[in-house]
Amino acid sequence: MRTPLFVLIWLVIGGVLFAVSVALGNDYVFFAGYVVLQYVVLGTAWNILGGYCGYVNFGSAAFFALGAYSTVAIYKFYPLPIPLLLPISAVVSGVVGFGMGYLTLRLRGAFFAIATLALAVVLETLVVNWDYVGGSRGAYIIRPEEIEPIGNYIRYLFLIMLLLAIGAITVARLIERSRLGYGFATIRDDELAAEASGVPTLRLKLTATTISGALMGMAGAPFPYYIGYLQPSSTFGLDYAVNSIAMPLIGGTTSWVGPLIGALLLGSMQQIATVTISSAVNLLIVGCVLVAFVIVAPNGIIGMVHTYLQRKPDDFVGRRRVDADLPGAVP
Amino acid sequence: MIFSYDLLINAVVSGILIGGFYAAVSSGITLSFGILDIVNIAHPAFIILGSYVAYIVNATLGLDPILTAIVMMPAFYVLGAGIYQVYYVSFEKRGQESLRGLAFFFGLLFITEVTLVLYFGVDYRYVDAPYIGPTLHFGMLDVPLRILVPFLVSLLLIAALELILTRTFIGRAIMAVAQDQLALRLMAIDPIRIKRIAFGISIATASLAGAFLIIIQPVEPSVGREYIGRVFAICVLGGMGSLPGTLIAAMLIGIVESLTSTFYGPSWAPAVSFGFLLLTLAFRPAGLLGR
Repeated sequence: MRTPLFVLIWLVIGGVLFAVSVALGNDYVFFAGYVVLQYVVLGTAWNILGGYCGYVNFGSAAFFALGAYSTVAIYKFYPLPIPLLLPISAVVSGVVGFGMGYLTLRLRGAFFAIATLALAVVLETLVVNWDYVGGSRGAYIIRPEEIEPIGNYIRYLFLIMLLLAIGAITVARLIERSRLGYGFATIRDDELAAEASGVPTLRLKLTATTISGALMGMAGAPFPYYIGYLQPSSTFGLDYAVNSIAMPLIGGTTSWVGPLIGALLLGSMQQIATVTISSAVNLLIVGCVLVAFVIVAPNGIIGMVHTYLQRKPDDFVGRRRVDADLPGAVP
Repeated sequence: MIFSYDLLINAVVSGILIGGFYAAVSSGITLSFGILDIVNIAHPAFIILGSYVAYIVNATLGLDPILTAIVMMPAFYVLGAGIYQVYYVSFEKRGQESLRGLAFFFGLLFITEVTLVLYFGVDYRYVDAPYIGPTLHFGMLDVPLRILVPFLVSLLLIAALELILTRTFIGRAIMAVAQDQLALRLMAIDPIRIKRIAFGISIATASLAGAFLIIIQPVEPSVGREYIGRVFAICVLGGMGSLPGTLIAAMLIGIVESLTSTFYGPSWAPAVSFGFLLLTLAFRPAGLLGR
């Protein structure tokens, strides 16, 4: 499928989704849908580095919060429209991702993971000490009631997140099928062999970190408008980190379909569980599902479907796997 | 800002004392991450678990937290050995430790924290012991016993671990498994068994470190997160798998953190260890006493 057609199909699906949500006439659908779509973006972004390159980022919350706090900082100065905030947040998170990656990615993968884990703590420290964006007291953002021509503001936010989600999966799919994606796969399968065959591994890893960080930042940019009151401890919370790792791993990490399935499934389940049970219990469920999946079904739902269909796992989405055992398979 | 020598000396001394405690907290990571190459990011969660065990026993039976921790060490050892077995079968054997193994430990960290929150809430818990409260005075120097006692027991712990690693057969086998698993197998030693023992010991230290933590400060489930950056920074700075290096690095970070919180305010202290971690990785990845 060509990319324009792919985007067109998703725009149609998105349009139908939006129309159905409007027809339901209940604004709660938009509030819940926004969170699920936000996780589609976060999961897809995480997967570009984690799934394609095999480098674990525990700092999704940090990149997300960077995007959100960029919005707050700009809002305090002069409230810009959200479509302008998105690229700004992308640049801020992308640059931080690049810097972190540059310092830690030259070493073994574990160091990068640890550094991202610590990044959330440090950025939280910075935000808590920065009074301009509210410090530990948090920051209020006044959400406009209405916006032309969509009407209710939450619908506008939902629409932005919908477009962002379509954008994210398109980017992920483009990467998968490009030279970049094959390069990423060589890093995941055998970094040493890739380096020895002349793959510029550091440059590719930095590219992945920057794209992934930028997408996470964009996911965070409209968040202050959604939540209305932004507080450091919840914005930097572990739930974003655990969700954006759990969703791709549960769905399957080798293609863009995995994070999408994982996010839709886990995201809607959580929305339902938060309303019916409690939010702490639903986080516990996410943790347990994550551990169960990495032990029992390492290739996620996609992997399970493939085993069931008795087909080679990676043929499904037309993705060639670069296998260390087959020297001829390197594209 | 007013600069005074007592403030400086007090900050340095309390940094050294806290550093000793940090060394006990990091010794488990030095064993698992430094020597065995298992990136156990859930270690701080086990430390918090140790704190809560000490708290429960102290609150119900009134036993001394450190004594409780020493009694509980075998239980933590068994827990650690069990976790290693799951980790080995599910990830190391399949060669998936880098992505899924990390996610596994992250999941453990998260599950432990959320379970503790569900049972105990987010209230701060603390313990009672005779050495919590009194402070020794040496001239202008104030040394609170609640920090001095964990410091001394920490030094004992580090010394005991170092003796086990260098003097006993098991200890030498642990050092050997880090260097060459195949050679160990050729000597008719099961490397998996040795790694299981080593990982068990590393989790057993978390029991004691948890007791120290709750003696030094009140504990709530998410406190452990602050220690993730700190313990890995200490482990890397100390040279990955060197216990004396861990002790020196822990004291260094303790002193710098203590100076930072004395002169700039305690809210900046968490950034110190992260700064150290990034600087070490950028300029001297082998650490201070790198092998």
